[in-house]
Amino acid sequence: MMDKGFNWMAGGPQGSGVDTAANIFGRACGYGGLYVYGRREYHSNIKGLHSYFHLRVSSSEVSANVNDVDMLAAFDAETVVRHIAEIVPEGGIIVDQNQLDIKILEIPTLPLEFKSIFQEFLKENGIGDSLADLLEHAKKKDIHVFEVPYMELLKQIANKLGIEKLSKITRMINVLTIGVSFGLLGYNIGLVEKAIKDVFGEKPKIVEMNLLALEIAYDHAKNNFSKDFNYRLPEIAVNEERIFLSGNQAVAIGKVLGGCRVQTYYPITPAADESEYIEAHEILSTKVPGIEAGVVVFQTEDEIAAINMASGAALAGARASTSTSGPGFSLMVEGLSWAGNNEVPVVITYYQRGAPSTGLPTRHGQDDLRFAVHAGHGEFPRIVLASGDIRECFYDAVNAFNYAERFQLPVIHLIDKALANSSQTFPVFEISGVKIYRGEIFDEKMLEGREYKRFAFTESGVSPRVLLGTRNGVHWYAGDEHNEYGHISEESHNRTRMMDKRMKKLETVEREVPITEKLNFFGEANAKNIIVSWGSPKGAIIEALNELSKEAFSLGFLQIRMVHPLPREPIQEILQKAERIIDVEMNYSGQIGGIIMEETGIPMDFQILKYNGRPMTTTEVYNALKLVLTGKAPKRQVLTYGA
Amino acid sequence: MALKWQDFKTDVFVDWCPGCGNFGILAALQMALAELGLEPHRVVLVSGIGCSGKVPHFVKANGVHVLHGRTLPFAQGIKIANPDLEVIAIGGDGDGLGIGIGHLVNAGRRNMDITYMIHDNGVYGLTKGQASPTLKLGLKVKAIPRPNINEAINPLTIALAAGYTFVARAYAYDTKHLKEIIKQAIQHKGLALIDILQPCPTYNDINTKEWYAGEDRIDPKTGKPTPRLYKLEEVSYDPVVRNLDEDFGKKIVAMEKARECGDKIPIGVFYKNELIPTFQERITQRIPFYIENPPAKQKICDESSSPITDVDVFFKELKVT
Repeated sequence: MMDKGFNWMAGGPQGSGVDTAANIFGRACGYGGLYVYGRREYHSNIKGLHSYFHLRVSSSEVSANVNDVDMLAAFDAETVVRHIAEIVPEGGIIVDQNQLDIKILEIPTLPLEFKSIFQEFLKENGIGDSLADLLEHAKKKDIHVFEVPYMELLKQIANKLGIEKLSKITRMINVLTIGVSFGLLGYNIGLVEKAIKDVFGEKPKIVEMNLLALEIAYDHAKNNFSKDFNYRLPEIAVNEERIFLSGNQAVAIGKVLGGCRVQTYYPITPAADESEYIEAHEILSTKVPGIEAGVVVFQTEDEIAAINMASGAALAGARASTSTSGPGFSLMVEGLSWAGNNEVPVVITYYQRGAPSTGLPTRHGQDDLRFAVHAGHGEFPRIVLASGDIRECFYDAVNAFNYAERFQLPVIHLIDKALANSSQTFPVFEISGVKIYRGEIFDEKMLEGREYKRFAFTESGVSPRVLLGTRNGVHWYAGDEHNEYGHISEESHNRTRMMDKRMKKLETVEREVPITEKLNFFGEANAKNIIVSWGSPKGAIIEALNELSKEAFSLGFLQIRMVHPLPREPIQEILQKAERIIDVEMNYSGQIGGIIMEETGIPMDFQILKYNGRPMTTTEVYNALKLVLTGKAPKRQVLTYGA
Repeated sequence: MALKWQDFKTDVFVDWCPGCGNFGILAALQMALAELGLEPHRVVLVSGIGCSGKVPHFVKANGVHVLHGRTLPFAQGIKIANPDLEVIAIGGDGDGLGIGIGHLVNAGRRNMDITYMIHDNGVYGLTKGQASPTLKLGLKVKAIPRPNINEAINPLTIALAAGYTFVARAYAYDTKHLKEIIKQAIQHKGLALIDILQPCPTYNDINTKEWYAGEDRIDPKTGKPTPRLYKLEEVSYDPVVRNLDEDFGKKIVAMEKARECGDKIPIGVFYKNELIPTFQERITQRIPFYIENPPAKQKICDESSSPITDVDVFFKELKVT
């Protein structure tokens, strides 16, 4: 069976430091040479509702969750209730001793639809109504329960530091659970201390308090429970540089490396973190002494302004982008159409989340592929890129600008909540191969004595660009159909030629962008069974594929990274040889499958879909694929894992 | 060599209705650009949708004819990327005060150094004469089937409340006066709004050229019409804020003045304040080299197409081993 690694989950009310705990835990593991993949789940709420972080730790690279929880660090009773079913036998629950008497069905933040299901579960299993009763049940399933006197430990800290009010330090329950976790795991405490220092960096007082909390909790676990828990987290020596980052951060760094100098945004989950991260680093370093660089990050009044300001900035010559998710992109659509008509090199980073409407604002989904491909009135060329993992987010952020400027069209970089808010360990991204291609731009010298036409008809459909403000290069743009000069034209022959010119750029894209930037293929070449997917399921699919290949199934995985224009012929070539084609994606209808069918005529034989707002895990993809491969699957399987 | 207004003329046929107020506005704009000696390549005219949206095609300077209501976002994006450009936004009353009012208000909060001209004729001309946001309640202009059911909004009081630092009104057929106002607006340091009253000879049969001229109000003594417009500079009105303490008071006075309507409509500069930092100055506070090396002019790669941005700073923060 596959190496599942060690799976740690921290959960508690929003605002209680779950993210911070996960960041400390993940970094501490990273410092010890371990690879980490961590997924953040939270409600659309500021304080009080349940949030959790599911971390997988392994000695080799991990890129998805599995269904298991080996250790649940619960800040509150609700976390136990919500996740108890995920804990494996021999796994552990770290729980607050003072909360054992809590009546489960009276927890106010548990929604009614959850309670009614859970009530059935309690009844069926003959479990009483308190948390203690539930934990007794868990013990019968060989789950270790570690009851920690959080309040006692906090009192010890308060006494040592001379703090009078306990309420001032209750927030440190998060670090207490980390201390207990690592104490149980027998992990090098020095690495955890380093993580605390790095995370709380600039606040020495907070660092001191948390180091003390760590020590007290770590010792408490070692002295009281460690013999009851078998799993030990090793420390591995590594001699390469690694980073631990989220998709939001990877996009942000890719953008500035790729030369983004204007970023506009209107606050929206899960996109806004990217813009704020760039803004926090607005003055950039350069490799050339004396050359200064900085990004203007600009919060607009709405997404309509965001896209149109970015387009304006692009016309003036800056590499410009905006970031949003579904509701915001809906507002941008008219601006997208203008950018298409006026051949504006603008980049839209589109973080999908559960939709329609406000949908699941903080949850995952891949609902918007067709929307991204078709949005906008009229026909105009665009590129839609879909990154499959955090590393690709980084490189595609650069590619997006290169395509936008070379082919003079809007580029939509499709990401999703699972990529945005998950964090993963990687060797430092290699940037020596990264290039910047700005396309053909006329400067004032090239324009001297020449009559400039912004939309001159050309073979490739791409007309050399002039940046606003260039001497000798006065020019016009119009959202109306226009002639070569950019002046309004309703002439029928001009319309045909201008449409042809613009649309021809798609052929140029198909010809000039290397296939390695459009498609990835994993597994057995010429396999009998081919998985087709796009975006964030990639990690779980590859892990499942590796496992199934060991079991001698003939399996390949075609990941589509440029979804528009779709690399039709290469896809056709790969798929027409397959006996079974399995479409795996996070939406209801199987959107990429539908697009492939439209473009190639090749139908999907099986669908593995999920739309409950939680990303696919390796476990469930493995199980679903195995059903297909053993001939036991229905044509359409719907996955449901995740609290 | 000094520029002439003809230097700002293009060969594109001007397709406005005969007698349209836009002719006066176009001429005033071309004269203002010429008299200020602005080089055409440094000027960017950004226009919205409607009859006014066509202005850039008739002016030999960069023209960006955008979407309905979105003149200000495009104009601000251009200005952010390259503050060296002279950006002039042009839109109708429906464009700026109807579909685009959110942008109009929010632009005031930023005070970018751009000029915004609103062609204000009370109707949506290109869609054949519907009521615009500046048409008074109860008026029934020619093409609408029933009298206007909405109150009118006043562009000047909105601009004053939103934070515009130069607020003026002018009249399309007083080209010389309008030209001077445009020149002042362009030279103003900060965001300038000019509400330009403009007859629509085709669809606004109430606020006509004759109405503005007061041809229905013959002075019995002279036998001449009594114009409805008067100039603020002729009544010794002082719009300039000289220290921030008098700012609020001057704004209130300007708002009072802006509300005058009916038979006595003031035109001229209502408010001018150069003491509020522009958006470009605010960015410079954060990015000191912004003006000399703005986003549009930054070098982003070297001769071998390699990026020159050094992202090691980011990686260092994220490093775990």
